[in-house]
Amino acid sequence: MYEINCDVAVIGAGPAGLSAAVAAKKEGAGKVLLIERDESVGGILQQCIHPGFGLTYFKKELTGPEYAGRFAEEAEALGAEVLLNSMVLEVLPESNQILCANSEYGMTRVTAKSIVLAMGCRERTRANIQIPGTRPSGIYTAGAAQRLVNRQNAMVGKNVVILGSGDIGMIMARRMSLEGAKVLAVVEIMDFLAGLTRNKVQCLDDFGIPLKLKHTITRIAGSRRVEGVYVAQVDENKKPIPKTEEYIACDTLLLSVGLLPENELTRQAEIEISPVTNGPAVNQYMQTSVPSVFACGNVVHVNDLVDNVTTESLQAGKYAALYAMGQLEGEGREVESVTGNNVRYLCPQRLREEKGAKANLFFRVLAPELDVRIEARCQDRVIASKKERRVNPGEMCSIQIPLDDVTDDVIINVVKEA
Amino acid sequence: MMKTDVVVIGAGAVGCAIARELSKYEVDVIVVDKNEDVGGDASKSNSAIIHTGYDASPGTLESQLVVAANPMFPKLVEDLQVPFKATGAILPAITEEQFEQLPAIKEKAFRNRVYDVEYLTKEQILKMEPNMNPEVRGGLYIPRESIIDPFIYVQALAENANENGVHFLLNTKVTGIQTEDQKIRSVETTGGTIETKYVINAAALYCDEIAAMVGKAEYKVVARRGQFYILDKNTSCKVEHIVLPIPTKVTKGKLMCPTIHGNMLVGPTAEDLNNKTDKSVTADGLASIVEDVRRLVPGVKIGDTITQYSGLRPNRNPEGLHVDIWDDLEGYINLSGVRSTGLTLSAAMGVYVAQLMKEHGCRLVYKENFKNTRKGIRIFHEMSREEQDAVIKENPKYGNIICRCETITEGEIMDAIHRPLGARSMDAVKRRVRAGMGRCQGGFCGPKVIEILAREWKIPVDQVNKNETGSYMVTGKTR
Repeated sequence: MYEINCDVAVIGAGPAGLSAAVAAKKEGAGKVLLIERDESVGGILQQCIHPGFGLTYFKKELTGPEYAGRFAEEAEALGAEVLLNSMVLEVLPESNQILCANSEYGMTRVTAKSIVLAMGCRERTRANIQIPGTRPSGIYTAGAAQRLVNRQNAMVGKNVVILGSGDIGMIMARRMSLEGAKVLAVVEIMDFLAGLTRNKVQCLDDFGIPLKLKHTITRIAGSRRVEGVYVAQVDENKKPIPKTEEYIACDTLLLSVGLLPENELTRQAEIEISPVTNGPAVNQYMQTSVPSVFACGNVVHVNDLVDNVTTESLQAGKYAALYAMGQLEGEGREVESVTGNNVRYLCPQRLREEKGAKANLFFRVLAPELDVRIEARCQDRVIASKKERRVNPGEMCSIQIPLDDVTDDVIINVVKEA
Repeated sequence: MMKTDVVVIGAGAVGCAIARELSKYEVDVIVVDKNEDVGGDASKSNSAIIHTGYDASPGTLESQLVVAANPMFPKLVEDLQVPFKATGAILPAITEEQFEQLPAIKEKAFRNRVYDVEYLTKEQILKMEPNMNPEVRGGLYIPRESIIDPFIYVQALAENANENGVHFLLNTKVTGIQTEDQKIRSVETTGGTIETKYVINAAALYCDEIAAMVGKAEYKVVARRGQFYILDKNTSCKVEHIVLPIPTKVTKGKLMCPTIHGNMLVGPTAEDLNNKTDKSVTADGLASIVEDVRRLVPGVKIGDTITQYSGLRPNRNPEGLHVDIWDDLEGYINLSGVRSTGLTLSAAMGVYVAQLMKEHGCRLVYKENFKNTRKGIRIFHEMSREEQDAVIKENPKYGNIICRCETITEGEIMDAIHRPLGARSMDAVKRRVRAGMGRCQGGFCGPKVIEILAREWKIPVDQVNKNETGSYMVTGKTR
């Protein structure tokens, strides 16, 4: 068994892992090792060749590879090391060890002082949402299609229907159009967009692609390759309305029906997982229920903007470094962040009292709303509040709260302004 | 023109088992199948159970063969390295009416010479299966009901037959059978004519159409569709035994059981179709599975499903398993009525058909160099860390993990492609090594498997198929 020792080991060299490694080095950690299963760093951003990244963090519009490239260069300049082509099979939190498979070195054991989980997320599939019909070829999750088109230069089809108005789906609608395919419809079961509004404008409207809200696919047809899909309107319970069914002939169905944190290792390491996000529950240091293990990015909760991933990953890297250097305080009083009115989930889920410090609470709403007040309450006190013109489930919200006096659970409410 | 002694039509469990049995003898055998891979149709989409025959109709050929086949499996799966486990089955009686049926079921098992069926009390059942409906009143335990990897079972039979000299013509459809002087003369296929002395019709769903080619269409085959759910290995509500409902007059009902790889299998429906091709899953069918299985295991988490599929059972009308041989057609053996017990009885059917051939004057001389074992694909994730380290050093492709969900390496995929009757399609890879069979259903590994198949078979990517010709994965290069 090949042995490597380091101070901070980061699993995954996508945007989350790269940012965490940068922050860990800046904080003064000795040896920082990124463990990556792919043959190059950048993660899923490598296939995101469209612009739109970095508007918040860099105040500049970058492509995915450019955004990842900035952090990759910085990580390298700061001396972070990378172990490529290495798939982590097991995390052993008691001994702070990571076992991975690597073609060159064989089985490799990495022993660290702290570990950062940054494995990203996976796509929900046809089976998750149980679309009836046959099982021909030509059904792809949007991300898999994106990989084929953008990294393997293989075209997945010619006449395309997309189910789900998630961001990757809309971006693939544009990408497929640019490659000469005809995108016949984007079908969304909800009565609002799942992804970012700007993507609807730039990827659907600009290409004349119809968005069918409150519709779903009721059946897939085709014995070998997809031959078509049946699309029907849905009622308020999301059930197809009889006799509204129409047949759309197509050879390809792309699915953009949600993402889930890739929690295999988290689960295997017996780290507490939030039932709502499906990722590890963390505190403001992005520290999981195992004190030496931190987590950041889409492995914790699915983000819509990489800029938010970076923000939270820089925290994870910083505190993982402090932990490795023995400078992060051990046990302290922790309270929970609690979902109040119109809040689906919150991250971090746990908050530790810390004098003079603040934390960014990220959250998603359950339903779209205009003119709202977001407030954080601790017992009877409002500890933070802000106004928003518009909130919707597809766009992450955040509120900064002081950690001076979190004597009890912190409740976040999103309420309509009178 | 190709020339052989025996043509077996159909490369499902039964066809491959017969071919493997005949490969023990000095006869030339060709197996013909319309599909691009061995594994048949019904043989690859069923509940993957090796039955005991406890509930067969006593005295029938089906009872005889299933009861004979079950004890053959422990040796067979060891010789051929097929994943198999004798989990046992529990038949819970939930209602009073069902409870009253138990003695009759036990009695029927006895008449099928299945003597090891035992009564279970409510307490025993709930101890064996804590997730069982707490209203259970008691039940039966059938210890030798077992689970198997049905894909690997058929592949293993085929590979072993192939290593012992049997030829396989895949992607080849039988279009006619020529006879002369009441004797079989040749089989016409889309791949050419094969001169042969014997034809064994193991075409299952299409066995009536083959029989019609020689004027022996004495029955019809109706496709009876069965829809299934597969649940994630991580689902919280599991069972460790095969949980079978008490059958009704209409159907054996819907069961829940573990798969040999640790998933949960739930189903099937039983719907007679008016065609032989519609392998759709339907909203109504899936809903009926949930409704029925909740009576057995109320906590089943269908939301944890990772796939749904359906299979078509070849249901004979009139019913009943038949192995027919006619005096006015020498060399022709017709199998019909092979249904859900087909996977099990295949093991005995090989021996049965070989004996029948002997009795009808075929000279079968045992081959001295018959090799009874087959080496399976080395499974990386089942190895110890030391073994994993050693295998990567021996073949670095084992260090490249392609399928994250099931931890399948490039080494295993290469083996699946390059072994006898190797995988040519995405599904063929999936059925051999499980790449794409996990919770992401090929989202991550699919694009990589397309590249590996194109590279290893030296074909352009747009010629990589999901399964049959026409099920292309990609249309070509981007602009």
